[in-house]
Formats: sequence, structure tokens, C-alpha cells
Amino acid sequence: MKASEPGQPSRWKPWELALFAALAASWFALPTHALLANEVAILALFALSLDLILGYAGIVSLGHAAFFGAGAYAAALFAKHVMPEPLVGLAVATLVAALLGLLSSALILRGSDLTRLMVTLGVASILYELANRLDHWTGGADGLQGVVMGPLLGIDFDLQGRVAAAYSLCALLLALWLCRRLVHSPFGVSLQALRDNRLRASAIGLPVNRLLVAVYTLGAALAGMAGALLAQTTGFASLDVLDFHRSADVLLVLVIGGTGYLWGGVVGAIGFKLMQDLLSSWTPQYWTFWIGLFLVVLVLVGRDRLFRPWVWLR
Amino acid sequence: MLTLLFDGIAYGMLLFVLAVGLAVTLGLMNFINLAHGAFAMAGGYITVLLMDRAGVPFLATLPIAFALVAAAGALLERTLYRRMYAKPHLDQVLFSIGLVFMAVAAVDWSIGSQQQIVKLPAFLTGRFEIAEVGIGRYRLFIVAVCALLTLALQLVLSRTRFGSRLRAAVDDPRVASGLGIDVNRVFLVTFAVGSGLAGLGGALGAEVLGLDPTFPLKFMIYFLIVVAVGGTTSITGPLLAALLLGIADVTGKYFVPKLGAFIVYALMIAILLWRPQGLFVRRAGR
Amino acid sequence: MLKTTNLSKRFGGLEAIDDVSLTVERGARHALIGPNGAGKTTLVNLLTGVLDPTAGTVHLDGHDITRLAPHQRVQRGLVRTFQINQLFATLTPLAALSIAAARALGRSARWWRPLDRDREVAAECERLLAQFKLGDVKHRRTAELPYGKRRLLEIALAIACKPRVLLLDEPAAGVPAGERHEIFDSLARLPPDVSVLLIEHDMDLVFNFASCVTVLVDGAVYADGGVRAIAADERVKAVYLGQGAAHA
Repeated sequence: MKASEPGQPSRWKPWELALFAALAASWFALPTHALLANEVAILALFALSLDLILGYAGIVSLGHAAFFGAGAYAAALFAKHVMPEPLVGLAVATLVAALLGLLSSALILRGSDLTRLMVTLGVASILYELANRLDHWTGGADGLQGVVMGPLLGIDFDLQGRVAAAYSLCALLLALWLCRRLVHSPFGVSLQALRDNRLRASAIGLPVNRLLVAVYTLGAALAGMAGALLAQTTGFASLDVLDFHRSADVLLVLVIGGTGYLWGGVVGAIGFKLMQDLLSSWTPQYWTFWIGLFLVVLVLVGRDRLFRPWVWLR
Repeated sequence: MLTLLFDGIAYGMLLFVLAVGLAVTLGLMNFINLAHGAFAMAGGYITVLLMDRAGVPFLATLPIAFALVAAAGALLERTLYRRMYAKPHLDQVLFSIGLVFMAVAAVDWSIGSQQQIVKLPAFLTGRFEIAEVGIGRYRLFIVAVCALLTLALQLVLSRTRFGSRLRAAVDDPRVASGLGIDVNRVFLVTFAVGSGLAGLGGALGAEVLGLDPTFPLKFMIYFLIVVAVGGTTSITGPLLAALLLGIADVTGKYFVPKLGAFIVYALMIAILLWRPQGLFVRRAGR
Repeated sequence: MLKTTNLSKRFGGLEAIDDVSLTVERGARHALIGPNGAGKTTLVNLLTGVLDPTAGTVHLDGHDITRLAPHQRVQRGLVRTFQINQLFATLTPLAALSIAAARALGRSARWWRPLDRDREVAAECERLLAQFKLGDVKHRRTAELPYGKRRLLEIALAIACKPRVLLLDEPAAGVPAGERHEIFDSLARLPPDVSVLLIEHDMDLVFNFASCVTVLVDGAVYADGGVRAIAADERVKAVYLGQGAAHA
């Protein structure tokens, strides 16, 4: 976590404003990379949702993809069977994921880090199995195809993905703004207190369990929103959205970008995509090997030290 | 019905041998090693490769698999894992995930992603009946080997000096080293043996569980269930947990095939909700 | 006013707290002393709800709080400090005090308006920072503070919670002799209507601060009374202060 500056931490710092503006401007500046921008925005939103529960509340989750996948399938099924209106579908999917988060939050309240790893992994695995078995609804291993979205506020989704990119970017910017207000509010500072010292947090009167449930539900909701955006902008939802790789990748994104200062998701998503593109062009089939190697080296060297090479010289 | 029970027991014992190393590592070094499945996979592939390419008989490959994987485990412990003990759990998780990714991709690249077939020797194939219970020969073999291993482990833990050193180090590493116990050596040997057992389990289990590069990811959750439910303070805890898991999985898949592994996960979550520190620990959690 | 009745705690075969009935009157300056291992911190854990008793009750201002969770007891005014600092490593003293003060004002659940813009909370924090001499380090991360400042913050956090009953677990523990007076001063400035239960080994602090004393030995109340009486009590001297003690 960056050391806090004097004055008012809630005031937007220049670099935060710059980053926010750069994100908004990227849609205008990179018209031919709309599909990539869409992917990065979705991934950044997903990572932001994990940052809330991991970086701010200290919950280590290996199954955050459960909510991402739930949102994706909910949005796809809603568009296919109820109505193809994107914003309504987005809202519904977000609610579904939030509900799932609320229900599973009971599991992360007690026990050690290992227990939490287990149950988060377990919930994601259960959903994966469910999606696999209920293939009548979900298309099973083939995935849910043919999700055709209606126009977004009157504008049809185009093939180049410009509308999709705008859609996802707006969602990301809105979420960033909302979360920023949240983390500087009393609720947000309570979460940080909880993360730093759960014992003392309850000793100053903070209702620890209620806080955990609230932030876990919110994290799930935002993850579901990201999943819904993916399903809506690609017209497709498959088991891949619930796969362990999803949970591991988003964790890696946060590791690259840094946790606990809210912008790690954005920074990490950009870094991750760049790395993925680079590695895939080099070794298309086995790029996970290099990701694995990167993780191992990263942790051995020390997460904060890797990105501050001048520390090595000390 | 009893056949199912027997199959479940065989599966459970196999899971125990596979997971016991993970349980002890977690209890001893407080290290969450998600890459444990990679050691099991290595054992499986060693057996397959030795049989296919070098014509080594199946039974001979088993101790070789154990030894080679144990050696690899010792090497990795000394060079990499040892640096990770003091790091926060998140870092340990990331590290072991990284290792798994590397292992999976490396095997995929060098050997290919197809399912490996183990050609069992003739005397281990087929089944026979005892009082209407169908006993698969190979499963009986698995039960026998695993039972022997379990007994050996229990004997080592309770009767040998190494066993007491290990138990002391699990209880309190600082005090143990203060008593002159070389805790680093205990860690090294334990990790090596635990990985070796995983390798042996992978070799034994290749025929029953299947073997392909995704093995570590597929079975990771099973190993973790055994450890989380069984606890890390004994080996009878994980044994009972593994048996419970094996029987639940086999009977669940038989009676409600549509839901399959779902039952196992739901059971695990229910148990962890009820007893977060594990089902079979006597003490109030670590 | 805090009252326990027949409070007991058993761990397996060990009776850690044995039938303790203790009353901390309103506005009291009450010390709890006893040899190491007597169960003083266990008793505090029972009072604050970190541990559940095997028998007995705890009452706060007439209400039975035995079944309440720790944070609920704090919300009713029962606040403690810890013998080993329990602080928020990445938060600054200002942020930590702010959230404690906000919680005392019932505002810790607000999620929209920034905490640092809350004037009332800010004013309260300035007061506390001045009172505990933390003003010069208010923007530094707690993890970077020297031990003496951390100890002061430990107590300041408890005061920020607007306690009605304050349980101080060895507030001067580990503080070098030259800095102890800051701890003493801050304790002397506690509002008179706050009831204080002080656990201490430092007899200077006990005799300067407390008006009544309870002596805990092996989990049970060994002696209970005014500070002069306890200081003169031969049995207490024998079991705790040692023969030929020069204090009092």
C-alpha cells in the first residue's frame, strides 16, 4: 500500500486524474484496438473487484471466477431467454452475482487462510460442475452460443467493437469512481483496519463479520458485472469463465499491478495483456509456462522489489 | 453395494497416499503447496515412460518413481521452497501456482496432452468375487500397498527418532531447534518423502485416475479437501478424511451421475462451515 | 459500572479463572494485580468477550453482556487496550483514530462521504493527537513509529472509542523509563466519570493511580480492597510483592 500523503487522502491526486483521463481518452485514441481495449477494461474491472476483497479486506480467494462466471452466464441466459437489452441484462447479472456473493460470504468468515482458499476454490468448482452438468441450459462444454444483444441506448453493437469498448470502459470508469469514494469513506477505512488487525478492529467496535459480508458481496457484484460485460460483448459464454485459470490470472493481474491502492487492477490488466500478447506471439501454445515462471521469480525476488529494481542495488 | 464401498476405500487410500505429504508439509512448514499435484503427476509419467520406452516392468517402476520424485522434491525444497516458508500465504499460493503452470506446460510440450495408458501386468488385471463382493485385483493391490505405507508411516512417526523429531518440529519449530533438532534437515527429509509418496501415488493411480498434463489442476482440490477436512496435526485425520472423500465420491457418482463431483464439493463446504479447523483435529485449530 | 459474578473459565482440565466476582465502580481507579500466570489477561479476555466463560456472568451498567460479541460490548462503552500493541500497521495514527472516533459517533458504516472530510471526527482526532503527543507523527504509517509512540497510540485508540469502562492491560509495558511519564500523564488526564480497571506490574503506577486493588492469584480473587489496605496486607506482600518489599 502506498504511504498516505499529508492533507486529505480522499482528494484525487494528479496521477490518479491523469490515469482516469487516459483511460477515457483511450477509446478515442485507439480506434483500431477496440477489441483489445474491451478485453483490458473487462479484465481491469474483474481485478478491481478482487482488489476490494484481497487488497482492502485481506481475503485470499482462489475462486473469484465463480462470480465472474455467474455474471457471464446470467447475462447470456437473460439476453437469450428474456430480453436482449444490454443494460437491464447487466443489472440483472450483477444482482445475481451479488446474491451468490452474499450467500457464499458465510463461508469466508471463519477459519484460516487455508480454509478460505479451500472454500473459495470449492464454490468456483461447484459452479463449474453445475455449468458442466446442466448443459441443457448452459451448453455444457460447448458453451452458450448465439447470444445476440440488442442496441445499447439506441446504438447497435458494431463488428469492430467500438461500441463494446465504450460500454466496458464506461462501466470500468464508473466502478473506479464508485470504489474510490468507497475506500475513502468510513466503511473503506474500516475494511483496511480489518485487514491490518482483525482483533483490534473488533476491539474498537467495528462489526467485523458484517463488514466482510458487505465487501465480499460488493466484490462479487463487480466481478459479475465484468463477466456480464464479457458475455454481452462477445455474444458467448463458456465454461472457460468459471475455470481455475480465470481465478489464477486475475490474481496475477493484481500481483502485477499491486493491491490495496485501487488502481492495481487497471495497471495490472494493461501489463498482463501486454505480457500475454508478447508471450503468445513467441510461444502460442505454452505461454502459461512463462507466466508460471514469472510468478515464481516474482515471489522469490519479492513482489514489491521486482518493480523497484533500484532496491536491488542497496 | 459392498463393491462400491470397496472401490471407495481403494480410491480413498490412494488419495491418502497422494495427499499425506501435503498435510505434513502444511502442518510442519505452514506452507500451502498447491504444486503437490505436480509431484504426483511426475510419478505417473515416470512409470509410463519407463514402461513404454525402457520396458521396465510395472512393479519395478513404483519404487523408482518414489525415489526419483523424492529426489526432485529434496532438490526443490533446498533451492526454492526453503525461501518461501516465512513469506505470507498469498505469496506461497502464487509461487506454487506458478510451479504448477510451469509443470503442466512443460509436460504438455515434451510429452503431449493425450491421456496416458498404463498397461498393467496380467496378474493385476481382472476381478474376483468374495461373497458377492466384486474385488478388482488392481484395486486390491492399491489397498494393500497403501495400507502398508500407512502402517510404515505410523511406525516411523511413533517409534523412530526421526519421527519424534518430526513431531516436535511440527509442534513448535523454534523450541525444537532450541533442543538441538536440525529443523532444516527434518523439513528436507519430510518434504522429500512427502513428494515421493505423491509420486508413488501418481504412479499407482495413473490407471485409476487417468494421467494427462492437467492432472495437478484436476486433483488439486481433492488433495486440499483431504488436508482441510483431515487437519494437519496427525496422519489419521487425513486418512479418515481421504476415506470419507473416496467413498463419498464413488457412491455419489454411481447413484447421482448427473451431479458427480458436485456432491464432494458440497460436502466439503458443509464440513468446513461446521468445523473450520478440520473434522478430525482434536485441538482447537492452528 | 462493570460487574462480574462467579465468572469461571476452564481450558480442558485447567481452571484458568475460578469463581471471580469483581466490581469496578463508576469513576473508579481500580487496579488488578497478581503474579505472572495469575490469569489477569484471561480475565480481560472474558470481560471483553474474546473468550466465552464456562460459568458466571458479566454485567455492564446493569445489563447482562455475557452473550454479547466483542464489538457489541465496545459499542456499549466497554473498551480495552492490549498488553502487546495491537495496531493497524498500514494506517496512519490520524486514520486509525478517525475510524475509531467515527465508530464512536456511529458513523463507521457510511460509505459515500470521505472520512477525512468529517469535521467532527477531525476535531476529535486533533484533540486526541494533542493529548497523546502524536501530532508530529500523525501522517506516518503506524508500522514506522517508534515503540513509545505506538504505546501512546494504543491507548489513544481506546480513548477515541469514548469508553465508559476502560480496561488497560499493562499500558506501560516495554516503555523505557524515560518515556513512562507520558503514559502516566495521559492516564491522569482520563475523564473522572470513566471507570478504569488497570492491570499492571509497575507498583509505582498502581499506587499512584489506583484507589482500590484486586489481587488475582491462580485465577481466583486473593484479596480485594483499598490501595492502602492491600499495600499493607502481609499475605499479599508474601505472595506477590515478595518478602521485604520496599514499596508502599
